[in-house]
Amino acid sequence: MKLTTKLLAASAIVSASSAYAVDLEVMHWWTSGGEAAAVNELAKAVNENTEHNWIDGAIAGGGDTARPVMVSRIIGGDPPAAFQFNHGLQAQELIEAGLMLDLTDVAEAEGWEDMVNPASLLDACTYEGRVYCAPVNIHSWQWMWLSNGAFEEAGLEVPETWTEFVADADALREAGIVPLAMGGQSWQQNGSFGVMAVALAGLDNLLAVNRDKDASVVRGEAYGEVFQAFADAREMAEGLDVQDWNQATNAVITGTAAAQIMGDWAQGEFAVAGMTAGEDYSCLPGLGEIAILDTGGDAFYFPVTGDPEIEAAQKEMAALLLSPEVQVAFNSVKGSLPIRGDVDLTSVNDCTQKGLDLLANGDTMPSGNQLLSPDTTTQLNDLMTEFWNTPSMTAEDAQERYAQIIESAN
Amino acid sequence: MAIADDSGRAPANGGTRGARRPMRIFRNLWSKIALLPMIATAVIIFFGGTIWTVVYSFTSSGLLPRRDWVGLAQYERLWSTAKWIISIQNLALYGFFSLIFTLVIGFVLAALLDRKIRFEDTFRTIFLYPFALSFIVTGLVWQWILNPEFGVQGVVRDLGWTSFTFNPLNDPDIVMFGLLIAGLWQGTGLIMCIMLAGMRGIDDDIWKASRVDGIPAWKTYVKIIIPMMRPVFVTSVVLIASGIIKLYDLVVAQTSGGPGISSEVPAKYVMQAMFGGQNLGQGFAASTMMLLSVVIILVPWALLEFGGRKRG
Repeated sequence: MKLTTKLLAASAIVSASSAYAVDLEVMHWWTSGGEAAAVNELAKAVNENTEHNWIDGAIAGGGDTARPVMVSRIIGGDPPAAFQFNHGLQAQELIEAGLMLDLTDVAEAEGWEDMVNPASLLDACTYEGRVYCAPVNIHSWQWMWLSNGAFEEAGLEVPETWTEFVADADALREAGIVPLAMGGQSWQQNGSFGVMAVALAGLDNLLAVNRDKDASVVRGEAYGEVFQAFADAREMAEGLDVQDWNQATNAVITGTAAAQIMGDWAQGEFAVAGMTAGEDYSCLPGLGEIAILDTGGDAFYFPVTGDPEIEAAQKEMAALLLSPEVQVAFNSVKGSLPIRGDVDLTSVNDCTQKGLDLLANGDTMPSGNQLLSPDTTTQLNDLMTEFWNTPSMTAEDAQERYAQIIESAN
Repeated sequence: MAIADDSGRAPANGGTRGARRPMRIFRNLWSKIALLPMIATAVIIFFGGTIWTVVYSFTSSGLLPRRDWVGLAQYERLWSTAKWIISIQNLALYGFFSLIFTLVIGFVLAALLDRKIRFEDTFRTIFLYPFALSFIVTGLVWQWILNPEFGVQGVVRDLGWTSFTFNPLNDPDIVMFGLLIAGLWQGTGLIMCIMLAGMRGIDDDIWKASRVDGIPAWKTYVKIIIPMMRPVFVTSVVLIASGIIKLYDLVVAQTSGGPGISSEVPAKYVMQAMFGGQNLGQGFAASTMMLLSVVIILVPWALLEFGGRKRG
């Protein structure tokens, strides 16, 4: 009798541990209001649909602050269960070193290949034919957000293109409104420059620089105009001292600034502030000059832990992140576009619709993270933020140094 | 700290020199054997790690170290990078003012407390309290205090001086002084306590003698007390200098190197290159340069300070 009880107890323990709930620590840098609400959707999905627990490991301060923490934890042998990266070249060396979990079996079982749209997203997760990350959203940089109220106050029509916007700058100044909102972090300044480059110099020139690393194009006339325009933008942004991108977005929301060049993640902030696209704010993809969006975005990577239970939980989570329900819930809140073409977002506003149309037309280009190594991106960030904050630095200086960085890029 | 310990022991060794000199290494043999594991740790971790870093600074290591030799390429790139040059200048500026102001303010505060004032304990606690806060908290607090809209500038403007401008964190020319204020606020309390301890160690008879001779208090401090407190000053300088060279978290919390790259510091350059830019080789080259600068300054000074004792 006693023995049977013991056996029963033992088998109970065994069966219990086979359905072991794993604590999944997920590291990310989604900390602004709209982003935090979106992450909450992911956490809810994991907690409700699986046995596992989402342990939130948010790191404030943006990707430049968060990525070093993540990388040092992974290299140091204390990896989180999952972490957010912008897919592309950022994680390549981690994959080469065998530190990332191979998700190919999940991808095949779930049919990611047929489902992920555009296909370039999955390509960015693929290394030597194996899939290493789960893309969760599409984000594009090429947007300008305008405050309808600010233009109204200055007695102006909301502009349709960058050129019109520049013409309005003086009138906005007279009305006491800062024409362009720009945060102090270097990635914002370099990113805005990239948007202006594709809008004003065209896609061919941008790809020649970023993909083919052709420095002569940087020194050429078309890019020269972009640098000049960027120097003008520097003047337009004077008078607003903010650091984070969402503080700059907030200046547009409150009408102290008229416009901001920022990726579509800014739309989440407008949504949290209860503003309506088309009425309270407007958006110009490609700055109104060119109909194109890049298909960057966020993806989750899963470090190798060597523990089969954690590995199973990681794969379960990867599959869940791409499921239609999670895609709709997450992207509706975050203001980004879903990575699968077969779902409908619950609330599609004007701006999201513009984005979806461009995506459906195939007006897309690879994102900066997919073309430039983090080393080069860091150098360009440093250069552009130095230029932005040094009024005595001329557009020609910046152009020449930009060309030198592109020349030495690997 | 090891250097300071040596200075305390030096006279004792000096006294027993002469007759027993050849046997010196065998004195206290068992305690030396007991220390072996610690010595091994220090040698392997500190020297081993340092040499490894220097060796890999000659490679093109990316996110992970690899032995792909590129000669001095990382150093050439380092010294042609504007951000690195600015980092060095910033550190020199911060170091110079931080060293002087910390010593002066620390000493003056300690001297004032030393006058046997009332509520000394309260004042001491208040002055030392900031030291209990980390640099991250200090940086955030001062970021808010110096915020043009809500901080000092905003408050003064609300009081009626509408043209008052004090916005160091957004002015590339004076941003380092914004950092300096925060650094001093955090660090002077500790130095004050060390100085105060030093002053308390000075014999009361000296004060009595100077009073009998009618020497003013300030003159006693400058001519008698400061020379007597030399070891205390040495300890303070070592503490302050090590704080300066590793200046990093304060910058990250307060300005994150901005505006632009005008408040970058070498340690931040290293971190950014290694993990942000995924370029270990560049980071190693920069940290090797940091080590080199410390060695160049510290070694002659240490020889002068501690090597001279042998003559006496």
